[in-house]
Amino acid sequence: MILIVVEHANGKASKSTYELVTAARGLHREGGVTALVLGSGVASVASGAALIADQVLVADSPELAQYDPEVWAAAVAQIATEGEAHTILIAGSRSGREYSPRVAVKLDAPLLEDVISLKDEGGVLQAEHYTFLARVTERIEAEGPMAIVTVKPGAFAAATPGSTASDQFDVDLILPKRRLTITGRTQEKSGRISLTEADIVVSGGRGVGSAEGFTQLVEGLANQLGAAIGATRAVVDADWRPYSEQVGQTGKTVQPKAYIAIGISGAVQHLSGMNKSKCIVAINKDAEAPIFKIADYGIVGDVKEIVPAIIQELRK
Amino acid sequence: MRILTLIRQVLDAEESVRVRNGTVDLESSKLVMDAMDEYGVEEALRLRERGADAEIIALAIAPVRAEDALRTALAMGADRGIHVVTDVALDAIALSAVVAQIARAEQAELIFCGGQQADWDSHALGAATAERLQWPQATWTNALELNGTVLTGKHEADEGSESFELSLPAVVTTQQGLNEPRYPTLPNIMKSKKKEIRKETLDAFGVAPKLKVTGVEIQVKERLKKILDGKDATAAASQLVQLLRDEARVIS
Repeated sequence: MILIVVEHANGKASKSTYELVTAARGLHREGGVTALVLGSGVASVASGAALIADQVLVADSPELAQYDPEVWAAAVAQIATEGEAHTILIAGSRSGREYSPRVAVKLDAPLLEDVISLKDEGGVLQAEHYTFLARVTERIEAEGPMAIVTVKPGAFAAATPGSTASDQFDVDLILPKRRLTITGRTQEKSGRISLTEADIVVSGGRGVGSAEGFTQLVEGLANQLGAAIGATRAVVDADWRPYSEQVGQTGKTVQPKAYIAIGISGAVQHLSGMNKSKCIVAINKDAEAPIFKIADYGIVGDVKEIVPAIIQELRK
Repeated sequence: MRILTLIRQVLDAEESVRVRNGTVDLESSKLVMDAMDEYGVEEALRLRERGADAEIIALAIAPVRAEDALRTALAMGADRGIHVVTDVALDAIALSAVVAQIARAEQAELIFCGGQQADWDSHALGAATAERLQWPQATWTNALELNGTVLTGKHEADEGSESFELSLPAVVTTQQGLNEPRYPTLPNIMKSKKKEIRKETLDAFGVAPKLKVTGVEIQVKERLKKILDGKDATAAASQLVQLLRDEARVIS
């Protein structure tokens, strides 16, 4: 069987879970797709998963209320061994990419990280993923029987739920003790669409001039478009914006339908987090800025004049 | 205690990537220690400067040329280096087996590893090493303190950041914000030339790659590059909005 690990939040399977199903189905490997739900009070997640997978395994326990890399790895490895899974698909989120290597070591299996394509060629798993700060596409393959795959968010279309629910089974797990104690959490500000799931991202760089400039220009345009807000490392380092908004190598990777870069020159590390966006729009005073080399549309000019003019135009 | 900091030598971020003979050409490009690994070396030095009794060992499992990156770590202040010299391209899972064996042999109690290395864009080495050693891990760490054998710090999770606590031995993967890595000073560069780098061969570790790389490509998406002159802000804004609505159809 192919095992997918359901990623969920607020009682619902995340978009990435639906993408895992598409990636799994595309393999046409034997045994159907089994979804594993780990958590506490996850009945609604399991019912949702039953509409996209051929079978759902549910480990519902207070011990699983919070994610932990060692606990998650142990749970997935145990289920995979008992169910004789030959392929395990995990979302390429930060947590997915954190515990999946442990699963690979436990099962002595290869790990294909953050794949954007996946197929089975006569039992050999073939995939593509990005390397060199997302500037290179690398083709990799792993021979069976077992492989662990993390799937890049947004790389596969989301599977459409069916109308009949597949069977759900409760599973008991022997879980290790937690050794990483979480003593506090700072949640990202909600109320705005998530950066990694948004159709439009409006992002600002040092060229906006100040924290106030960022609020006025970037936040102003994002509000007008119902977009998520992104920022460069320089802006985060200057404390104009929180780290949670940083796009790039050490921040988030996004590939929205439109990425609007305001006052961003386009350092390689920033581009690696957004260069796969479907449409890139750049506004910058420097016509030689690298961002224009990868832009579909752009305006060379003063962001303090251009952006308010765009907001004005959109309000018409 | 012994701290192991893992070093990868990667393409300088200012260099452009070139593909030759089905692989990314590194031989004729400027190579540097991965910035993520600089955070690890720097943090090890700071733990020591804040009172930890530590020997700091920089470890690279890489071709001959990676000695330069190891020397940089020694010039920053690491005490000695271990260089497993190999041209074999090991994936993170295979590589972690080498790291774990060396960590055991050196009786290391803390390992620093880059959160995401700039060559293979992988997050896996730290976690895979921790699993092989049966150690806990903290990933994407941007603040760290050591009190006795207890590490406390902050790291980035899926949504938001978390404060954590864990006991040594442990693997910590680094992230921007952890510290501001120092530049090696000239006297320290001179001193580092006398520091030991022990050379080993990969054969001794009995590992083989688990993945095969069958090709690399630089895929450049063709961009329209319709760049407007913004001297007349209102006219340019109006034209851009029209293009985004009617041509790109990305806004309504």
